[in-house]
Amino acid sequence: MLAATVRVTRDLDLAEEAVQDAYERALRTWPRDGVPDRPAAWLVTVAKRTALNLLRRRRTLEAKLPLLVERGGEEDEEGDALFPDDRLRLIFICCHPALGREAQVALTLRLVCGVVTPDVAQAFLVSEPTMAARLTRAKKKIAAARIPFAVPAAEELPARLDAALAVIHLLYATGHTAPSGESLVRDELTGRALGLARMLVALLPREREAAGLLALLLVHEARRRSRTDAEGRFLRLADQDRSAWDQALIAQADALIVGALEAGPPGRFVLQAAIAALHAQAPSYDATDWPQILALYGELLRVWPSPVVALNRAVALAEVDGPAAGLAAVEALEEDGRLAGYRYLHSTKADLLQRLDRPAEAAAAYREALELAGNAAEQEFLGERLRALT
Amino acid sequence: MARYAVLIFEKVPPEQLPPEVMRGHMELPDRIAERGGRVLAGLALEPEATATSIRGDVLTDGPFIETKEALGGIYLLEARDLDHALALAGMTPIVDGGVEVRPLIDFAVLEAP
Repeated sequence: MLAATVRVTRDLDLAEEAVQDAYERALRTWPRDGVPDRPAAWLVTVAKRTALNLLRRRRTLEAKLPLLVERGGEEDEEGDALFPDDRLRLIFICCHPALGREAQVALTLRLVCGVVTPDVAQAFLVSEPTMAARLTRAKKKIAAARIPFAVPAAEELPARLDAALAVIHLLYATGHTAPSGESLVRDELTGRALGLARMLVALLPREREAAGLLALLLVHEARRRSRTDAEGRFLRLADQDRSAWDQALIAQADALIVGALEAGPPGRFVLQAAIAALHAQAPSYDATDWPQILALYGELLRVWPSPVVALNRAVALAEVDGPAAGLAAVEALEEDGRLAGYRYLHSTKADLLQRLDRPAEAAAAYREALELAGNAAEQEFLGERLRALT
Repeated sequence: MARYAVLIFEKVPPEQLPPEVMRGHMELPDRIAERGGRVLAGLALEPEATATSIRGDVLTDGPFIETKEALGGIYLLEARDLDHALALAGMTPIVDGGVEVRPLIDFAVLEAP
């Protein structure tokens, strides 16, 4: 609805105001006159009209207001049919690469998902004024620089879609591993991210990477409840109760992955989903198809060279060729330096050292990981591993 | 149409720019016009060594802000929206550096009366 209104106003603040106004009017008139036949279309029509009125009023005030109305050929009464494209435009404007990642994520939550500013602030652990300022700054840039409210052209779509997928992934990750605070999981954020991923797959059914992201999130979701024990403590993959994994979600993910792989060469999200699905389908940690996972990480590193991927590949390598091979790969990454502040580098190293029977070095690595750990559940997990060693 | 200033930052001083890059700069307005945009004006700046800065009442020799890539020039670009402007500004020939695209307030060019 906001999306449909923005298309008319080309101004996010104005559209938000108009949408709010339409809801208020519905609250006043529906109880009296009855709910219209097509409530959504009614709301959009009222919001658009309000927006146009507000705009006209503003125009007389500010003669030089940069243009904002898209005229002509509006199939107003077909409001519903216009929804999908407008939602897509709204996602692409919120995830425009000219905006910083923090602004992209905040705008998407606020404008695409309709989460109110105080809740957006809470999700990212910043104060409400800080978040409000961040949103205002981003909206101001959209207007001042004229970031277009449009679905990108075919040649730009892959890069722009990748940015949108990265935002949704980050949104899920923020909910999944809350960076601090008591609870490891924030249902609200993970649910929003899943909804967005589903929406993108429905709107862009031929984009394999969108299917890959949805599959990846579905696998995470299938395993979510088993990531912590009854006391909320973090569990390693090897220690999780696999019978608690949601097989229906895993099967959905698998179908998406197979479809994407059949349609063409996989991108980073399809590859990540395929790796996650292999883990999810293995009967036990030891019975996991590690050679296949190692091969997929190799491919992933090729399409998406990142030290974090290289670290995960080192873990798979340790399972295939033994902990010494894994440790050598981790130490090579350590020399590279880019992951110095990354807690999983140190905890992975600690784990491998322990398996190689080098407890003193393992303890030192656990201490380094502990210093960098963000939330209480992770701290407790690492602390316990450390105590077991010393 | 929206209007933007495109700021060109370049490590290589103007007198050392290779001839093909110089030619690229000369041809840029036509190439931009072919793609539906327009260059309204361009300013090519003498090297930073010729700059004089005034801060309060103190004069200093050199640019106001010292950067690795010097501001070498600015041109005024007309485009449909930011995506169009970024695509056009991306065609600017650069040896070592980049460009910054800044929208003008109200997209308006202020002219001397």
